[in-house]
Amino acid sequence: MTQAYNKPVPVPQQESDFYWEKAKQHELWLRSCKDCGSAYFYPRDISPCCFSKNTEWVQASGNAALFTYGIVHRAPHPGFVGDVPFVTAIVELEEGPKMAANVVMDDPTPEKLQIGMALEVVFEDITDTIALPKFRPA
Amino acid sequence: MADMSRSVAIVGVAESDEIGRVENKSSLQHHAEAAYNALEDAGLKMSDVDGLLSAGFGTLTLAEYMGIEPKYTDSTSVGGSSFIIHIAHAMAAINAGYCEVALVTHGEAGRSARSRAGGNAAEPGPQYEVPYGFIGAPILYSMAARRYMHQYGEDHARQGMAEVAVATRKWANLNPKAYFKDLPMSFDDYHNSRWISWPFHLPDCCLVTDAGGAYVITSAERARSLPKKPVYVLGAAEGHDHGLISTMPDLTRTWGRYTGPKALEMAGLTHDDVDLAMIYDSFTYTVLVTLESLGFCGPGEAPDFVANQRTAPGGEFAMNTSGGGLSYTHSGMYGMFLVLEAVRQLRGETGERQLDDPKISLVHGTGGQLSSTGTVILAVD
Repeated sequence: MTQAYNKPVPVPQQESDFYWEKAKQHELWLRSCKDCGSAYFYPRDISPCCFSKNTEWVQASGNAALFTYGIVHRAPHPGFVGDVPFVTAIVELEEGPKMAANVVMDDPTPEKLQIGMALEVVFEDITDTIALPKFRPA
Repeated sequence: MADMSRSVAIVGVAESDEIGRVENKSSLQHHAEAAYNALEDAGLKMSDVDGLLSAGFGTLTLAEYMGIEPKYTDSTSVGGSSFIIHIAHAMAAINAGYCEVALVTHGEAGRSARSRAGGNAAEPGPQYEVPYGFIGAPILYSMAARRYMHQYGEDHARQGMAEVAVATRKWANLNPKAYFKDLPMSFDDYHNSRWISWPFHLPDCCLVTDAGGAYVITSAERARSLPKKPVYVLGAAEGHDHGLISTMPDLTRTWGRYTGPKALEMAGLTHDDVDLAMIYDSFTYTVLVTLESLGFCGPGEAPDFVANQRTAPGGEFAMNTSGGGLSYTHSGMYGMFLVLEAVRQLRGETGERQLDDPKISLVHGTGGQLSSTGTVILAVD
């Protein structure tokens, strides 16, 4: 674990506690709406698709495809100064939803990042209680 | 909806006393200076104002600072498009009799108050974005631009982005108030500039300046008794389809797909009637995706639409004649300045960059993370 982790850290709330607890166990879980059967992101107790309380948690495979990305050259926050260039991405999970993440790789270039390329989830332990799901080429 | 087309007019516009890099002036001072100047332009006094609309600061803070007791207030704050949307809200309020003279102000010491730290990872949505460095507009908007490149071709998109950056700079070179008044930019300059967040070069990104702006809007009837040529509101529409960039339904279509056609329909006009397009240019990509969403061209066609400097001075399609957020000013929520330029062009007050007798302007704001849009159609007789 990084001693001086100075990037923004997620602050779990009641409806995100489960997500972050599972992430700490290096598992990726999604909310799914039982009314229409679709998984959604980000987690909310009441689904945004049907505005239904008939929802459940389902475990994601961790497989995803790269949907889009940027390569950050100017750090947006002091915590990221040592990371540039780094990849911010939106990935499309096998279960359907899209989520924001980083694609972890050394010296990222557009040539190494093809839209649609297969990715798999990895977890970075950033504090004693939080692990961030990220992705790397599968 | 009641037919409100041509029921109200913009009668005064202005920036704050100095814009660009203005150290030691608060955002509120920019609001007040712009309000003072816009009222002077309108031939009205603060005591005539009974409606106050703004974004960023709530009207509580603003009204106290400027010493007024408004009878109608609206603090709709949906990003840089807010000041376009305020036109529709003022139109509705004036027609409903809630107020007669509405003052809309903006002020932001965006440059001097600039803080690089940011991002709140405590909210339900942002806790899944901010920890990854999804902080600040260049990173967020680069996601959409990269997807567009995938769908329509990287070189095609890049050429369109460069055309917009270079053409907009040429307009700024004609505007005495533009931040980049004296700094020309060639295609080579564009392509050789540094990366901010790939695929964005520095000149793909808007400025960050200190600036204020304001306009005054009143009934068409009262407008005709005032000194300046009334600029009538013919149509207006607003809305949004997401908040966070990762939840945007289609990264290559904005809510302008609704607000553009709707505002034109209310005005009883078509795209071909537009003499001046004022299109929010937070990024070069914002212009491309907006032109397509509004329906000026089809999906993926914007790079061809703006090709060969078609939007530059002397070009066929007049757009962002102030120099835009890219090269004139962009304090943070830029929409206000789109209105100022449209009104001045329609009145024939823009000097060296004046178009030949424009009658109709489409003004379109985008706010948040390509989230909210507002479109208005303005016209002079």
